[in-house]
Amino acid sequence: MSVTLVKEKYSSKVGEVVLGATAEQGGTRTSTITVGGDSALPFLHFEGETKNRPVIAMEVTDVVPSWPDTIKNRIGDVINDPAAWAKKCVDDFGADLIYLKLDGADPEGENRSPEDCARIVKDVLAAVGVPLIVEGCDDGEKNNEIMAVIAEAAAGENLLIGIAEQDNYKSITAAAMVHKHTLIARSPLDINICKQLNILINEMGLPLNKIVIDPTVAGLGFGIEYVYSIMERARLGALANDKMLSMPIICTVGHEANRCKEAYASVEEFPGWGDLADRSVLWEAVTASGVLQVGASILVMRNPAAVSIVKKNIADMMGD
Amino acid sequence: MALTGLEIYKQMPKKNCGECGVPTCLAFAMALASGKASLDSCPHVTEAARENLDSAAAPPIKAIKFGKDSVLGDETVLFRHDKTFYHPTTLLIYVSDSLSDDELNAKVQEIKGLEFERVGLQYSIDGVAIVQESGDAGRFAKVVATVAEATDKSLVLLSNDPEAMKGALAPLASRKPLIGSATADNYEAMVNLAKENSVPVIIKAEGLDALEELVVKAQALGYKEFVLDPGSRTPVDTLANLTHIRRLAIKKKFRPLGFPVIAFTTKTEPMEEIMEATVYVAKYASAVVLKTSAKAHILPLMTLRQNIYTDPQKPIQVEPKLHSVGAVDENSPFYITTNFSLTYYSVEGEVETSKVPSYILPIDTDGTSVLTAYAAGKFEPEKIVEAMNACGIADKVKHRNIIIPGYVAVISGKLSELSGWKAIVGPRESSGIVSFSKSLT
Repeated sequence: MSVTLVKEKYSSKVGEVVLGATAEQGGTRTSTITVGGDSALPFLHFEGETKNRPVIAMEVTDVVPSWPDTIKNRIGDVINDPAAWAKKCVDDFGADLIYLKLDGADPEGENRSPEDCARIVKDVLAAVGVPLIVEGCDDGEKNNEIMAVIAEAAAGENLLIGIAEQDNYKSITAAAMVHKHTLIARSPLDINICKQLNILINEMGLPLNKIVIDPTVAGLGFGIEYVYSIMERARLGALANDKMLSMPIICTVGHEANRCKEAYASVEEFPGWGDLADRSVLWEAVTASGVLQVGASILVMRNPAAVSIVKKNIADMMGD
Repeated sequence: MALTGLEIYKQMPKKNCGECGVPTCLAFAMALASGKASLDSCPHVTEAARENLDSAAAPPIKAIKFGKDSVLGDETVLFRHDKTFYHPTTLLIYVSDSLSDDELNAKVQEIKGLEFERVGLQYSIDGVAIVQESGDAGRFAKVVATVAEATDKSLVLLSNDPEAMKGALAPLASRKPLIGSATADNYEAMVNLAKENSVPVIIKAEGLDALEELVVKAQALGYKEFVLDPGSRTPVDTLANLTHIRRLAIKKKFRPLGFPVIAFTTKTEPMEEIMEATVYVAKYASAVVLKTSAKAHILPLMTLRQNIYTDPQKPIQVEPKLHSVGAVDENSPFYITTNFSLTYYSVEGEVETSKVPSYILPIDTDGTSVLTAYAAGKFEPEKIVEAMNACGIADKVKHRNIIIPGYVAVISGKLSELSGWKAIVGPRESSGIVSFSKSLT
């Protein structure tokens, strides 16, 4: 006798979004990346297609970051030079794309001008052929200024730019529309705001296939279960044809995981937690694995060693 | 799924005798459906009806208990947001009987050290799976005895040889280990051995068709304390099997596969192995057997397990008492926040990063975040003043400043008035604390 399996029939799928643009498409990238398009829950190949495998964007910052030494030592001297750092991520660490975070724009820090920020973006674009994600600093107003200039300077590159938030989305949405970029819409661990923000952005005229959702990740041990369930619900919504929840999802895993004490506290300080080297790698990698199981399309990561094992996990889940 | 009162009523004797203490059979059926009565109080129910009702009322995935408080299965949903997951994946460390005595002792010591404390929670490894690889029944029994002697944790005994199993199991049947695996070749001997000793047994076959067939045969021996192993040994196939079994049990109430599932990792590099195990913890394995037992590897996995198995309806809370970060003194800043674990630990983490020793007082808001608590009237100035008085902060600092979350700036006036302290409006998000703390000096 054979067992009759339960296979779900979904009415829709996750939308597809293309990142980057080649010369023919008006940009300078040597290749583009397509994310999304899944027609089932993650990695359930028996009932639907995981059309595009999840990708890893490695994080590069324009000022030397205050990250733990466990990560900085692996990156090495290039940490002083965003373009060289980006190149090393692609060439040596196998990053699928680069996530450039312009912390130097922060008025409370270096307070870099929009033109300086745009120059750094151009430098990184020149150094690598992969698509680029660009986010600003923690100051919403300043970000609107820099993103307008960056979007224009990199017109046609189809950058993935962020972030649009519920109370600050118009300026960056306009910049994305005018200069042909794709937009990150971030909502604070709230599926209703997530949906509402997509509606607002779409109403301004940005097509749905130019939006990527950032649901705000939480690190392992610090609320990952919230984003886990929000993402699982969003994926089920997308499969049930809720167009305003059907964009691919980006997760800033490296940022969140490495804020957790378990990712950086020494074994001398917490003898009960075991050796720091492996613990810090796994803290980021397990955070990534958690969100992969509920439908992350783009993982933004920091630690090259974590990137390496997550890539293997993705290959396993794709049945390579 | 539970039966309705009317469905139960159809099975009742319909005598309306009242001997059960309820006037009519219909009323009794209703009481049964809502769990307020037990079928035992009806003296007239037929055996056939009892069996029907028992099996219909049984949970979709049978609960299997073994070892020291390990409970597998008894889950009711596919997604945690539908309700919750109840029984966290039991994590077991693989120990081969072909280890030398020294290696064995070292491994057991390492396993015993797998006790963790983080964010006020305690985690410890659940047990040990002892695997016969030596081919020597005597060695297997000896290693099992050594491990059993060294730890009181749950035990799983794995051997395909029923004779070897019998020898190893005999002295410790009272510890109620999980044994396995019963396969098409040995299931009669293995299941009967489990039955005689009242211990649960793993039923293993390659693929779900073969597994279902074997479970049916094994049940025919009059036993059903089973844990399933669908035989797959790659992450993607195991994910598929775990998903199929869970769906069949929950959505179709398919009895032959209505048992908990055990998964075995196959990766040999320890960090890759942990990544493999995370997939099974997230998606439906009731138990996972893994080889690495280094603290740095097990802590992230146990943390993920704790997160996924948190009840979405019951937020984790911290004790609403005065906490201190760093070497506090009488000039240390004083923050208030809520006792929702995530809110509290986000604040604590940022205060720690600021390197300014500080006091933090989480107010008891039933584990809700700042905005939710405020909206529900649980973050009122009166309540805050009460908590301040109770914790004795006035004797610990000589300043009279309270830093409140930016989202509740609106309470600052009333709080200042009621407490006699100056309410300083802090950042809205904890991520603003570091730069905020610089402005304090």
